[in-house]
Amino acid sequence: MNQDKERTAHLVGSDSPLAPEPNLSARHRRGRAWQLIFQASTVVGIIVLTALLLNIIDSSFGFVAYEYKVDPATFIVDGVPLEDQTKDQLVALLQSELSKGAFNKLNDEKPFEERTRAEVFGLVAERILKSKVISSWSLSTSLFRRAEIDAEVQEHLIEHPRLELKFVSWLTTDFLSRPQSSEAVTAGVRTAILGSLLTILITILVALPLGVGAAIYLEEYATDNWLNRIIQTNINNLAGVPSIIYGILGLAIFVRALQKLTSGLLFGLGDPTTATGRTIFSAGLTLALLILPVIIINAQEAIRAVPQSLRKAGYGLGATKWQTIWAHVLPNALPGILTGTILAVSRAIGETAPLVVVGAATAISFDPDIFSRFTTLPIQIYQWTARPQDEWRHLAAAAILVLLVMLLSLNASAILMRNRFARKY
Amino acid sequence: MADQSNGMDKLVGYPTKTLGLKKRHRLGESVIQSLLFFAGFFSIFTTLGIIYELGKEAWLFFRLPEVNLWQFLTGTKWQPHINEFGVLPLVNATLVTTAVAMSIAIPLGLAVAIYLSEYATIKVRNTLKPILEILAGIPTIVYGYFALTFVTPILRSIFGRDVVEIYNTASAGLVMGILILPLIASISEDALNAVPRSLREAAYGLGATKLEVAVKVVVPSALSGIAAAIILGISRAIGETMIVAVAAGAGPKFTFNPFQGAETMTGHIVRISGGDLSYDSIDYNSIFAIGLLLFFITLSLNIISQRIVRRFREVYE
Repeated sequence: MNQDKERTAHLVGSDSPLAPEPNLSARHRRGRAWQLIFQASTVVGIIVLTALLLNIIDSSFGFVAYEYKVDPATFIVDGVPLEDQTKDQLVALLQSELSKGAFNKLNDEKPFEERTRAEVFGLVAERILKSKVISSWSLSTSLFRRAEIDAEVQEHLIEHPRLELKFVSWLTTDFLSRPQSSEAVTAGVRTAILGSLLTILITILVALPLGVGAAIYLEEYATDNWLNRIIQTNINNLAGVPSIIYGILGLAIFVRALQKLTSGLLFGLGDPTTATGRTIFSAGLTLALLILPVIIINAQEAIRAVPQSLRKAGYGLGATKWQTIWAHVLPNALPGILTGTILAVSRAIGETAPLVVVGAATAISFDPDIFSRFTTLPIQIYQWTARPQDEWRHLAAAAILVLLVMLLSLNASAILMRNRFARKY
Repeated sequence: MADQSNGMDKLVGYPTKTLGLKKRHRLGESVIQSLLFFAGFFSIFTTLGIIYELGKEAWLFFRLPEVNLWQFLTGTKWQPHINEFGVLPLVNATLVTTAVAMSIAIPLGLAVAIYLSEYATIKVRNTLKPILEILAGIPTIVYGYFALTFVTPILRSIFGRDVVEIYNTASAGLVMGILILPLIASISEDALNAVPRSLREAAYGLGATKLEVAVKVVVPSALSGIAAAIILGISRAIGETMIVAVAAGAGPKFTFNPFQGAETMTGHIVRISGGDLSYDSIDYNSIFAIGLLLFFITLSLNIISQRIVRRFREVYE
């Protein structure tokens, strides 16, 4: 073995890092061992991703033990059980059972004519029947440790004789269509989804034109001078600023300084005494600032990928600079720009921290508009996760599934667009 | 004009006017160009806005009689109700979570990068990279949920319920490490891929094994890119909010024990601003002071990372 080393020593020098070590088979063994380690590290990512998804699915389904404080059987009208009654019947029931003040308050939040039947039924369950979750279990427990559940139910039955055990999917169509509620059984994400969509709409409307404009300027017009270099460096740095800083910025500028604008008072909307800047409008603008650098950087790459010959051809035919950009560069860069935008938007949809700081509320039971207080899907998940009781964790898991499906469809559309419009020069 | 252009000119076809080759001024073009310039310049406003607003409110905070800058930077107690404003417990918790996160993200991220760039076949690479991208694209609140409902119970069953608190920085840090892994892996992999093939071939020619080529030749050549990736990862970990807000616990606590709950800078900002924070309250001003500190830390890390790439990049060809 030492001969081996001596023979090659004069080639690389014995102190070189490449100087072959004496034992060749040991070196190969070490090589194989490390290759396994590298491979295993890669598998860790896949394992975690799987664990994460399984954990969420595990929490989204399972047995739940709940009871109605008031027996639904007391409200059977003409033999029709409560679950099958019409919306008008349910509203009448609410009117008769609730105090006048409470009923009017509900009506003020959102008139009963505008509420769906599912929403009204949720109110009945929450306010009159007072359904209450006693205990809940995850999917794995429900499937494999049924005996434990039964034993626990027996214990609870002593205190709660009207207890019912039901296998539920926390993610249902009712869950999607019901507004937020203070009881887990009747809570839904309708207001949160609407809040998310409206916020994103504003974000796109603001960030897309600004971002693409900036990218065109930097790629097509900007000469290499100090100002443009500063702009470019600044954009790169902004992309690395933590999102919560944008939240603080949004709180100071949009919520507070521009309150007149973001509360809608400027447009004669809203009540001057209760108006606040903590609106969807503020949230959308904040997220727009947040994703602007990402959109610019992606759009710049897309524009840079358009070959120079296209521009030369445009100029050769006598087109002005803007005509060339508008008619040749932009259409060719569009798929890239849109893909980048979709990815940026999917980041914005999942953002939570800046919106908490901007002042997203959680107990929103009415459909939001642009100048109203709001909640979004990630905010709802955050609030539900933060509660200690299990049933809220299940709701959070169901809401996460909704969020992930939203993100998945966005990303899928980005990939489809990239494949469909991808051009090769 | 008519007199001058007499019959002679017309016959021979001399141009009566010279063709203007000078660029004609077009109003529309300039308007568009200035609009585009405004769009480009807009990001400067964002930066100025951040610095101005954070600076202004932080200034108001430090001017309060209860607060002084020295105590803010060196105090080990953050208890606003008894006027103790020492930011160290928050900074310390941030550093603990970041350290835990990086102890996961750096070795794993590097191993993944080396595997993808040096070992994996194209087919394997094309399946693994999207999975890493998915990991990077999952909202952080989902990771927070995962930390609290999955990782924490596991930690508690391994180390004992009396050792590990329900809210602890270890769980938040571990999950944060998984979140940052794809970031470090993908930037490092780009750096490894940029190392020219000839270096590898030369090492093989000298009799090096695949591992020796990867670890002794390729990684050192790509070190600047890897260092930049790591610093960027640290900056990301420091600014990460929702995982720590959900899993690391509420309430500032000066502890180096990762199994205890402690509030980070970002976690504190989120908790304080969660309710209807009234303007001009000391809490309102304090989040700007913490935010300013956070902004400077992450900004300098990002700048250092860019500098490293620029200064130490090995230029081949």
